[in-house]
Amino acid sequence: MSLPILTILILLPLLGAAFILLTRACDTSSRWIALGTSLVTGVLSLALLVGFDKTSADFQFVEQYNWLPSMGISYHIGVDGISLFFVVLSAILTPVCVLASWNSVTKRVREYMVAFLILDTLMIGTFAALDAVLFYVFFEAVLIPMFLIIGVWGGARRVYASFKFFLYTLLGSVLMLVALLYMYLQVGTTDIPTLMSATFPIDVQKLLWLAFFASFAVKMPMWPVHTWLPDAHVEAPTAGSVILAGVLLKMGGYGFLRFSLPMLPDATEYFIPLVFALSVIAIIYTSLVALVQSDMKKLIAYSSVAHMGFVTMGIFTLNQQGVDGAIFQMISHGIISAALFLCVGVVYDRLHTRDIEKYGGIAKNMPVYAAIFMIFTMGSVGLPGTSGFVGEFLSLLGAFQASTVVATFASLGVVLGAAYMLFLYRKVAFGPSTNPEAAAMEDVNVREYGYFLPLIILVLWLGVAPNYVLDRIGPSVQKLVSDYHSELSINLIPTADALPVPTQEPVTPATNVMIKQLEETP
Amino acid sequence: MMSLSHPTWNWFSTMPIMPELFLAFSAIALLMLGVFQKTPSAFRIGIAAIVATLCTAGFVGYINFPRMTVLNNMVVVDSFARHFKFLILGGFFFALCLSLSDLKEKVFNRFEIPVIMMISTLGMLLMVSANNLLSLYVSLELQSLALYVLAAVRRDHVSSSEAGLKYFILGALSSGLLLFGMSLIYGYVGSIDFDVLSYTFLQNQGSLSVGVIFGIAFILAGLSFKISAVPFHMWAPDVYQGAPHFITSFFAIVPKIAAFGLLIRILAGPFAPAIAEWSQIILFLSIASMVVGAFAGIAQNDVKRLLAYSSIGNMGYALMGLLSGTPESLASTILYLTIYMIATAGTFGLFLMIYNNDSSESPMSKLSGLSKQHPLMAYGFAILLFSVAGIPPFAGFFGKLFLFQSVVEGGFIITAVIGVLASVVSAYYYIRLIKIMFFDEPQSEIAVHLCTARVFVTSLSLFITILFILFPNYLLHHSLIAAQNLFGS
Repeated sequence: MSLPILTILILLPLLGAAFILLTRACDTSSRWIALGTSLVTGVLSLALLVGFDKTSADFQFVEQYNWLPSMGISYHIGVDGISLFFVVLSAILTPVCVLASWNSVTKRVREYMVAFLILDTLMIGTFAALDAVLFYVFFEAVLIPMFLIIGVWGGARRVYASFKFFLYTLLGSVLMLVALLYMYLQVGTTDIPTLMSATFPIDVQKLLWLAFFASFAVKMPMWPVHTWLPDAHVEAPTAGSVILAGVLLKMGGYGFLRFSLPMLPDATEYFIPLVFALSVIAIIYTSLVALVQSDMKKLIAYSSVAHMGFVTMGIFTLNQQGVDGAIFQMISHGIISAALFLCVGVVYDRLHTRDIEKYGGIAKNMPVYAAIFMIFTMGSVGLPGTSGFVGEFLSLLGAFQASTVVATFASLGVVLGAAYMLFLYRKVAFGPSTNPEAAAMEDVNVREYGYFLPLIILVLWLGVAPNYVLDRIGPSVQKLVSDYHSELSINLIPTADALPVPTQEPVTPATNVMIKQLEETP
Repeated sequence: MMSLSHPTWNWFSTMPIMPELFLAFSAIALLMLGVFQKTPSAFRIGIAAIVATLCTAGFVGYINFPRMTVLNNMVVVDSFARHFKFLILGGFFFALCLSLSDLKEKVFNRFEIPVIMMISTLGMLLMVSANNLLSLYVSLELQSLALYVLAAVRRDHVSSSEAGLKYFILGALSSGLLLFGMSLIYGYVGSIDFDVLSYTFLQNQGSLSVGVIFGIAFILAGLSFKISAVPFHMWAPDVYQGAPHFITSFFAIVPKIAAFGLLIRILAGPFAPAIAEWSQIILFLSIASMVVGAFAGIAQNDVKRLLAYSSIGNMGYALMGLLSGTPESLASTILYLTIYMIATAGTFGLFLMIYNNDSSESPMSKLSGLSKQHPLMAYGFAILLFSVAGIPPFAGFFGKLFLFQSVVEGGFIITAVIGVLASVVSAYYYIRLIKIMFFDEPQSEIAVHLCTARVFVTSLSLFITILFILFPNYLLHHSLIAAQNLFGS
């Protein structure tokens, strides 16, 4: 414990932002400063991966300083297997966003870059925070730069979309704040590890759970509170969509894993049917909605909602495979959906329309682009060999253990997912080229290669070697799941034998077998 | 009766109220100076008033008693009063700085304006030190009458006169309610001294006579008028809108914090044993203010009216902190008010830079596209608005955090939920202002009127609002000391 690496990660983008503001950098230099800072942050975040002890389920790189000692609130940060990859994902996607906006954003570049750097700080902070108030501060402050990014640099209906985004998310979060305050008053601290070991009466738990659910379900977003997402995605600039789909949606899932499950196990158990129902509806309904979209971004936005349905389903299976799968799915979706929005951004920059009908046959004049788009489409569909497969497969595997019915319905979503993604790909890349302007578009340039290449590598690497991630997630998830089940049986002693007890199964070997199977899959 | 010829009266015994005496004498001296100066310059008087304010604050800082009563137990000087005097004087300092450049204008070049402001502030200082219903009333009227005059200061302007008259008539009504409540209390208890009232209420806790309860209700009604809590809020939007801009900024920054200090003093002092009776009234006032402040603000197209509704809503939040009546909850209220006052000062600083003194109207549309022409001001405005809306990481969030914490601690969870929901509704109009500044296209060239004092106040306000997250303990600690002082130990 020598270098406060997490604090450096949190502060570095902020310093970059301050530097841009103080030096009143011109457009070009603010682009370079933003790229430089975010790249350094991204590379530094890899040091977390190197230094992370994968055998431990505890929080690592922990730092704790007094902040509000009279209230038991401290600056407490650290990562475990669950949050580790989200921190890295946030740090990696920011330089991608900066690169993606290099030429497409031409007005108020300085402010735009500052907004993204601040967003970088806030995202890393959200995932690293180990104090509930600190978490809330980061979680909520994200609204400000995102609101401005959608509103200032967005499309035609940006005002509507930004208001909807802001108010929806705020409404959910303030209820969470009340719940947090209540928990604080019962326990006397807002320290997340301490809160995790606290127990609450079951009636209270249900209310607290609903308050947290209000926040995370909106952020996730789950059906039926997902309607802000398509609007926000469609109107946001490309990089805004990338960060929104890539990282911000994951805050919801992360919140479930960090707060709802460990702190409120009884209520979680009680509400599992609700979450499963909403997840299945999200998977099937939004997939069907995605099928009829004519706007590329909207289609991908709906597909995000469907994919997040797999995540919530996986989380609430509460077994090792399900939760592993959910986290993996979030990471993989973070890369793939980000890349898909980038793909849309590439053609949008050239043709300035997102209407699927306006494209067609662009594989002829943009073969490299078509290939890249294909890889990410396949990733989204969940083709074995891409990261999308591992996440979907694991969460379905977990779901089958929890409920066959839910898993069966969710599997339908995989088919529908393939349908709408392939439909999109066929319309855009193949078919007759009806639009002469589309046929005249130039292929991917060096800058675009620059941000696609790492994402392609990640998608394929995670697809064929998922244990790099799963090994590091594993212990933390195992702890989460076993703590959950043990706390549950303590609180419900009278009905303990009536509970399904999947915990005692030796979960780790099962995972290992499965991972071996995955590795053999090309 | 016998107080007039009290044997132990001497200059030394008035030491605790030296700040008030000093301010009173400086006000009179400045009045004389204004009358006899050759070329009339309100600006010069304004500068002198700032110096006098700072000296008064120095005296307040110098006189540091845990608790001491003077003038025959009429006035109490304690850490609570001291804390509020600092806040009032700080707010007055901000308001004076914001007025300086307006005082140079021909229409406002009246030396009386800063002097009347000083007299009003004097009333506020005495208000938070009141230890008797009579001194409470007298000091409240001293500040109110000065405010009525200020609202109507532009007497050749119809909306300003209208604002002054409205304020005066409704204010007189509220004073009537207040006096009626006081007379009921006097009739049923037989004293107007806070210490006696406190003792009597404690003795009869739980079996207070209906007359006393009515008295408390009337007094609360009268005081809610001063802090513009719903349903006594009607005057605020009209007065805010009608008064000249820099007078509005004075109204928004200073008097409310003083009236709130007074409210806290009587609720946590003499009326504390009757908490079961008044907490329902406060609960209603609080919820009504939050909800009305949130919903009524949505329809506004005038910045000053919007800020009036915002202030009504914020008073509702602050009232919520009084519900449980513990030192911690009062401390959170005081902290909330402090943060709100600082943010208001900054908001009005920016407001005055843009609207200067063009007319009594302040249409929102004038702000459109501000961020393109004056990005720094637009970002400052946005930060202050986000702060007032309670979005982290700005100071306003922490104010709300501590406040809601104390409310939840007191067991008022439903109230807290209503409060946070109202804050989401009110967030709509704050971000609507931000939308106008950032997302809309500029309609025309926006002329800004920078002056050193305005820039200073705004920067200080922004500085505190942004950096509060790093040093939250200082203000929290002092608010807690002030609140604990009311509880005797």
